[in-house]
Amino acid sequence: MNLKDDNTIVCRCADVTLGEIKNVIRKGYTTLDEIKRLTRAGMGQCQGKTCRNLLMQIIAHELKISQTDIELSRLRPPSVTIPLELLVKGDTNED
Amino acid sequence: MKTKASVVVIGGGVIGAATAYELALRGWKDIVLVEKNTLFSGATARCGAGVRQQWGTEMNLRLSIGSVKRYETLAEELDYSHGIEFSQTGYFMPVYSERQMQQFEKNVSLQRKFGLDVQFLPPEECRNIVPIISLEGLLGATYYEKDGYLSPFHTTAAYAEAAMRKGVCIEKNTEVLGFTMEKNTIRSVATNRGEISCDYVVNAAGGWSQEIAKMVNVALPLYSERHQILVTEPIEPLFRPMVMSFTHGFYTQQEPNGAILMGVGDPNEPKGYNMDHSYHFLQTVAALVTSVLPAVGKARVVRQWSGLYNISPDKAPILGLPKEVTNMYLAVGFSGHGFMVAPMVSEMIAQMMTNEKLSIPEAKTQLDIGRYDRGELIVEPSVV
Repeated sequence: MNLKDDNTIVCRCADVTLGEIKNVIRKGYTTLDEIKRLTRAGMGQCQGKTCRNLLMQIIAHELKISQTDIELSRLRPPSVTIPLELLVKGDTNED
Repeated sequence: MKTKASVVVIGGGVIGAATAYELALRGWKDIVLVEKNTLFSGATARCGAGVRQQWGTEMNLRLSIGSVKRYETLAEELDYSHGIEFSQTGYFMPVYSERQMQQFEKNVSLQRKFGLDVQFLPPEECRNIVPIISLEGLLGATYYEKDGYLSPFHTTAAYAEAAMRKGVCIEKNTEVLGFTMEKNTIRSVATNRGEISCDYVVNAAGGWSQEIAKMVNVALPLYSERHQILVTEPIEPLFRPMVMSFTHGFYTQQEPNGAILMGVGDPNEPKGYNMDHSYHFLQTVAALVTSVLPAVGKARVVRQWSGLYNISPDKAPILGLPKEVTNMYLAVGFSGHGFMVAPMVSEMIAQMMTNEKLSIPEAKTQLDIGRYDRGELIVEPSVV
């Protein structure tokens, strides 16, 4: 991605721009979890499926490290969104 | 990393960050905050974010009223340009039994004595506040419009950044491994990144506070317990206040972006440090919340997570020194409501350490750990 234009939307679910992401990284919040918590990037409907890779590119670029050195955030269920009313009707099998 | 400090604060949640700030504000130099993970990564980051003042004991009322007052102007005080997203949209607490009604009447009369204009709504008026509430079995509700919620992340960041500007060193990824003692005084803290000699330690380690205390042979009467929360995708505005039902054990709130957050305690949850997620929780909370707020049923869950309550025998915090160690101040045992009392608690820990009069003078003799030996528990009738 173009890492120059700070107006680029990185997280489409929560409307977070590249500039906002860079800003928190430069304040010292350099992990995916910290960035998520402060900017909401990755907290929306897609749960980071779209922006996680972009965030890792930005972190790697800002910190001048390899993407493989970035600690991943924990992936939380559900893997796809599910209505509450369906959960009420669902079976009780943990699997 | 510094090898010498006046105070080592253990824990980078809101309590630790706020205490570091309050100490620096009082002129303490060489404060080091150590956090084994990152700032706002434990219970602070996982909490429901609500702040309520509708409590049933004088102490909890004082702690929460003072804290809300501080939160109202905290972003300006800490010069935090993003703001801490404090929004006073109220807490709404429905009543479903006569017994609960009597308890709430007692609570409300106490709350009013403290100047809170809490409303006691008859069932027909409940829908003025929560239009989607089911009237089935509903006997009424209490509602206080000045309760609310704020961002635990930005609040902690605001305290931490203000503390750093006042010279506090914050050491992330720094785990406490042990202490060097001289008789019953801590002389240094050993971490995975080296040793820090110090005059005082503040134990603000949240869910792990009893583990830290164990390292200096102090047995705290605390345990940790997983509590889970889920959040839905944003939907159209359905209700504004936090809805908290003691009958069902849940709390739920729709955030400004339309997402609905909900949590419920599990009476069968084992003690421990488990922070996994369970399908059982999703089903339980979905069933309970939709029975009270049926329109929420169509909202789609996007994420669930969990964090640790650090539970004390009377579900009230423990503040101050234990009798076995002369210089480890405890700010522990918040039992699921540390975030909402953080401003008052951190201020009072700093006041204790500076020999100032406490903002709540009674806290010295009522929130100390010795209250359990004396049998003077502060039993809160209203917790989920």
